[in-house]
Amino acid sequence: MSAKLMQGNEAVAEGALAAGVRFFGGYPITPSTEIAEGMAKLLPKVGGTFIQMEDEIASMGVVLGASLAGKKVLTASSGPGISLKQELIGYAAAAEIPVVIVNVQRVGPSTGQPTAPSQGDVMQARWGTHGDHSIIALSPWSVRESFELTIKAINYAEKFRTPVILLMDEIVGHLRENVELPAENEIEIYPRRTPKKSRAEGYEPYTPDEDLVPNVANFGEGYHVHVTGLIHDETGFPSGSPKITAEFIKRMHEKISRAADEIIEVETDFMDDAEIAVVSFGGTARTAYEAVRNSRAKGLKVGFVRLVTIWPFADKIIAELAKKVKGLIVAELNYGQIVGEVQRAANGNCAVKLCAKYDMTIFEPEEIESAIDELISEVGGK
Amino acid sequence: MKSEFNLKLDRCKGCGICVAFCPKQVLELDTLGKIFVAHPEKCIACGQCELRCPDYAIFVDKVKEEAKK
Amino acid sequence: MTERSYEKFFRQNRLPHLWCPGCGNGIAMKAIVQAIEKKSGWTQDNTIIVSGIGCSSRASGYMDFDTLHTAHGRAIPFATGIKLAKPELNVVVITGDGDCTAIGGNHFIHGCRRNIDLTVILFNNNIYGMTGGQASPMTPLGKKATTAPYGSIDRPFDACKLAEAAGATYVARSTAFHVQHLTKIIEDALDNKGFSFIEALVQCPTAYGRRNKIGEPAKMMAWMRDNAVMKNAWDKLPDEKKIGEKFPIGLFYKAETETYDEAYHHVMEIAGGASK
Repeated sequence: MSAKLMQGNEAVAEGALAAGVRFFGGYPITPSTEIAEGMAKLLPKVGGTFIQMEDEIASMGVVLGASLAGKKVLTASSGPGISLKQELIGYAAAAEIPVVIVNVQRVGPSTGQPTAPSQGDVMQARWGTHGDHSIIALSPWSVRESFELTIKAINYAEKFRTPVILLMDEIVGHLRENVELPAENEIEIYPRRTPKKSRAEGYEPYTPDEDLVPNVANFGEGYHVHVTGLIHDETGFPSGSPKITAEFIKRMHEKISRAADEIIEVETDFMDDAEIAVVSFGGTARTAYEAVRNSRAKGLKVGFVRLVTIWPFADKIIAELAKKVKGLIVAELNYGQIVGEVQRAANGNCAVKLCAKYDMTIFEPEEIESAIDELISEVGGK
Repeated sequence: MKSEFNLKLDRCKGCGICVAFCPKQVLELDTLGKIFVAHPEKCIACGQCELRCPDYAIFVDKVKEEAKK
Repeated sequence: MTERSYEKFFRQNRLPHLWCPGCGNGIAMKAIVQAIEKKSGWTQDNTIIVSGIGCSSRASGYMDFDTLHTAHGRAIPFATGIKLAKPELNVVVITGDGDCTAIGGNHFIHGCRRNIDLTVILFNNNIYGMTGGQASPMTPLGKKATTAPYGSIDRPFDACKLAEAAGATYVARSTAFHVQHLTKIIEDALDNKGFSFIEALVQCPTAYGRRNKIGEPAKMMAWMRDNAVMKNAWDKLPDEKKIGEKFPIGLFYKAETETYDEAYHHVMEIAGGASK
């Protein structure tokens, strides 16, 4: 494929198509709308379905219905819309329905600053629905990675039968880059899981496989499955049993936590001799990277750490880092969210300094460089 | 006898709908509140009871006299 | 006795159902499976039952098809997704008055507007039964509910008029008393290509009838018998006789219009993906 000038949001639509997505339901919202527009144009060319729904909740409902009928599905929104989608994100977690939800973050709360970038939905991505549940969230920092992580998100949704959040921000969503997308034969696709037994052999839709993920049959394939948001047993029917309830909630978490090493991806650079490091993600990581390079040019031993996987959090990797460096700077475009996770994982083994910004504008490298200088003066080193 | 009843008592909740809509007062609820065919001889096998039973607990079929013999 | 043939449409290990003694939901659920049974081409493998939350929506669990018990009010969006993903499937939605016209009201009118090929059957018991008797948008004026202890002052929806105005292409009403009529209109609705809406009036003796002193289940059904007027007769009735609690039943509206999946197929033809 030849290089093409493309926006992050457009790359998500292209990535979804490449991942096998054939159904999109959405509702217009800045700054994610280009994803819906891209899908509206692309899907009917490949026999897929695009539908603009009456609201954000319906957009979640329609993709969950299509997923149960066997399609790979995507929906996209921004903070205010994600707030509405939360109801059925929980449904997808409970009923174990593969779905990817893109959140192109803007400044909140509420209507906030609709066109301005933010990374204020980190905790919403983790806890955005009621009740205990696990989640996967990935955050791209470039247009090409928006394409790649969309595919990865779809694959994880299918493999773990879970909602996956693609946590974009307005910076990357509206960023235009000249990108060369991977060729079709370079793309790995995880197919829909299929039942391993027939009905006659006593198939139960919610009996977990060895990886704790059930092989729920698609609708219309003769399995007569029952799907509900009520806590259910392996037959799929509601259960009032304390034992089954506890087992169900435990399995929800463990199917993801057991695979954490596979899911968690962290990119590092300049870490060999680093005495401090800047931890960042998404669009902010682009500025952080420049700040680290500028600091290196000044002779400072600063490393670069980028969280590609936001949830599950990279506990082990951060804990190891904290033992190697004197301090970590967490640069994020919010009042301070992921910093709490870094502090928890660092567990007092190094200093953790927040470099927060929440004034509608993106970081300037100098702002992060100042934070680097301050941390170095606080913890010593160079 | 013109009719044959099949009662699924495990389904019957004793709501009394069949009793009320029986045009011949064939049915009653027993002391435990379940359906009881008190006067089978009066039954005309109209099926009103079966039709409106919300619990699928009462079924009535017409039986030909010859078949009985 | 030979077992009734419609029994095969029930998950026998889930019966008896959880509905209260005398609840009309069981009557309406039987009407649905009897209507499906009459449709050649409708099988337990190609028919999907989708429901929301509430007493009515527990029906999906008793019916031996692929069944989906969604979230409160959301049955129609889920059903839309299933139908558009696999247009060859038959999709039936079971909902309640609160589920469909309160929390799911927006989805309801937009489903009608799009003319998605679904058959939506609203079990109208005039109340939120499962949560113990709160007023719904279909609780009649003056009737009591736990949240309207002095009588409801909220003007109720006529869900059939709502469906027709919003673009549904089959709109009818019947009652649990008129079960044969109900079964017949469900059959007709299943035949309609497009969004079909049926309001099935069902008695809720526990949360509605008792509080409003209407009496036991059979009395509630007798009320249906005495107050329902067939559409043809209703239309001839002078306004001064459309009084008290009288209400029309029957087919109110029917139209032939392109369904959403047919329309979307044209989009795919234009885009070049119809054969993919």
